[in-house]
Amino acid sequence: MLLFFLSSGLFLGWSLGANDAANVFGTAVGSRMIKFKTAAIICGVFVILGAVIGGSGTSETLGKLGSVNELGGAFTVALSAAVAIFVMVRIKLPVSTSQAIVGAIIGWNFFAHRSTDITILTQIVGTWVICPILAGVIAAFLYIIVRFVVNRSSLHLLRQDQFTRYGLIIVGAFGAYSLGANNIANVVGVFVPSSPLHSFAFPLIGTFSGTQQLFLLGGISIAVGVATYSKGVMETVGSNVVKLTPLAALIVVMAEATVLFVFASKGLNAFLTAHGLPPVPLVPISSSQAAIGALVGIGLVRGGKGIHYSLLGKISLGWIATPILASIITFFALFFMQNVFNQTVIAPDKATVEIQLQKKEPLIETSAKTDLHSKKKLNSYIRQHPGCTAFEKSSSQVRHILTNSIDHLMDIKGFDKKTIRSGFLYLL
Amino acid sequence: MALIQSLTKLLIARIDEYLDAISEGMIVFQKGLQNYLDNKTDEFEERIALVDQYESRADKLRREIENQLYSHSLIPEMRGDVLGLLEHLDDIIDVAKETLTQFSIEVPDIPMELTEDFASLGNSSVQAGQELVSASRAFFRELSRVKDHIHKVYFFEKETDRIATTLRMKIFRRDMKLSRKMHLRDVAVNVAKISDEAENVADRLSIYTIKRSI
Repeated sequence: MLLFFLSSGLFLGWSLGANDAANVFGTAVGSRMIKFKTAAIICGVFVILGAVIGGSGTSETLGKLGSVNELGGAFTVALSAAVAIFVMVRIKLPVSTSQAIVGAIIGWNFFAHRSTDITILTQIVGTWVICPILAGVIAAFLYIIVRFVVNRSSLHLLRQDQFTRYGLIIVGAFGAYSLGANNIANVVGVFVPSSPLHSFAFPLIGTFSGTQQLFLLGGISIAVGVATYSKGVMETVGSNVVKLTPLAALIVVMAEATVLFVFASKGLNAFLTAHGLPPVPLVPISSSQAAIGALVGIGLVRGGKGIHYSLLGKISLGWIATPILASIITFFALFFMQNVFNQTVIAPDKATVEIQLQKKEPLIETSAKTDLHSKKKLNSYIRQHPGCTAFEKSSSQVRHILTNSIDHLMDIKGFDKKTIRSGFLYLL
Repeated sequence: MALIQSLTKLLIARIDEYLDAISEGMIVFQKGLQNYLDNKTDEFEERIALVDQYESRADKLRREIENQLYSHSLIPEMRGDVLGLLEHLDDIIDVAKETLTQFSIEVPDIPMELTEDFASLGNSSVQAGQELVSASRAFFRELSRVKDHIHKVYFFEKETDRIATTLRMKIFRRDMKLSRKMHLRDVAVNVAKISDEAENVADRLSIYTIKRSI
């Protein structure tokens, strides 16, 4: 059952691997500097390592934004994020998994009457804005240094090519690690609070926590996406969309990987805090937008020619449109999941459970009596009208769904339940 | 990794050998022309054979470099430019060989008063070719120095054109048969052809240099 509920997250992971691996190894593979097989193996291994070792930071931030506490809810949130991405891709707007998942979590908060922490949300959105700018600054800085060194060194063209190949592999591995560490929260982050996986200890190695097991599954789904579907995307990125020299591509990947790492590393955060510096928010960011930022940074150093500023406008639109769309889709999806498919999408708060436990006993007795009575009536009706069983069953299900839906809407709108329900039943 | 390391080392050596072959071929051409003008026939024939050897060696090296670059996907974004450069450099040594062969077959009758002009035409033309070889070396090793050599290629090409024009004027103002005048003009044009080829390659090299700088 866990794997079924996880499927939406794993699908997100697969699509992330299929698309975002191109940001790390696209130019290297597209320009034939590295074979696809080599790139896929390195990318897969390091994405999994990044996810398992360094993936907890960003997941904790998403948890602070909204703790989706039921597996059914987490499934719906991840699925809705995937649908939002699909819609955004169809209308040809730049989209990021990070933005979709954040929107989807807000949608869950809204559905579950949980408040969204505005400080955390501001921090997350601020990071989205800063991420491409920071990548651009790093790329521009690296570009100036590398250009200075390359143009003044007496390194043979073939030797430079050899070092660039090594560089693309090393920086690609770093990029894949950072991608796994930063983006694993998008894949399985929402499943962390409701995960039933337990920690188990390995002798001499240490404990493998339930969260790490989730991250491992997510990392594997990303690696599968890389292996099965990223070749075409890498070749398109490397040969058609942006013409980059392998050395410039190396700088872009380095800048992108650094930004992904900075916003995912708990160790770096601890180091900054220990030295009295302000901590960096650990937020899942878009690797594509970091790559675009790095490209713009290099473009500006080159004189600013050939930069499509309209694309930057579209990205900014995506920052707003993607979360809103994802939250709306999630709200409706949760509504259907709860009322049509009868799945629990919100676990009650601890406090609510305690209050209900104090009040529940007499209620249970009464409802059990009522149930018994109605069951007896129903059985006698079925005995008298044997052909009506199926109809009776389905109509009872419809009644149940309608009652639940009305109750939920009234909860949200704060209407008086008794009056509205009696009015509605009178109408029926 | 080890394969790429050793292959890179081998190819760097091959490219250097190729450029050496072009450069030495041009020096031999210059010496051969001087031998012809000094009427040292035996030495001249030896020079022709030597230029022929350099030309064959350059062809062989070029093919080897091309095969290795493509079969091991080395410098994928630059290999088209590198092969273009090597092939056009090969044209220069081809011209040198053809010109010396023309001297050997047609035995142009050069008046004593014009030998010095022919010698200086050959020197200037070869200088342009030598500067091009230096520019090509810089393209592989020291990109910032390519311009220093390319502007010298252009300078020697212009100088060669100037000397060739003066020589042709002198040829056609002399009291000789028209057929001899036309023959000498034809030979002078072929000697100057090395610098023309060098200029063409220098134009391409300027573009390749812009593409190579990141």
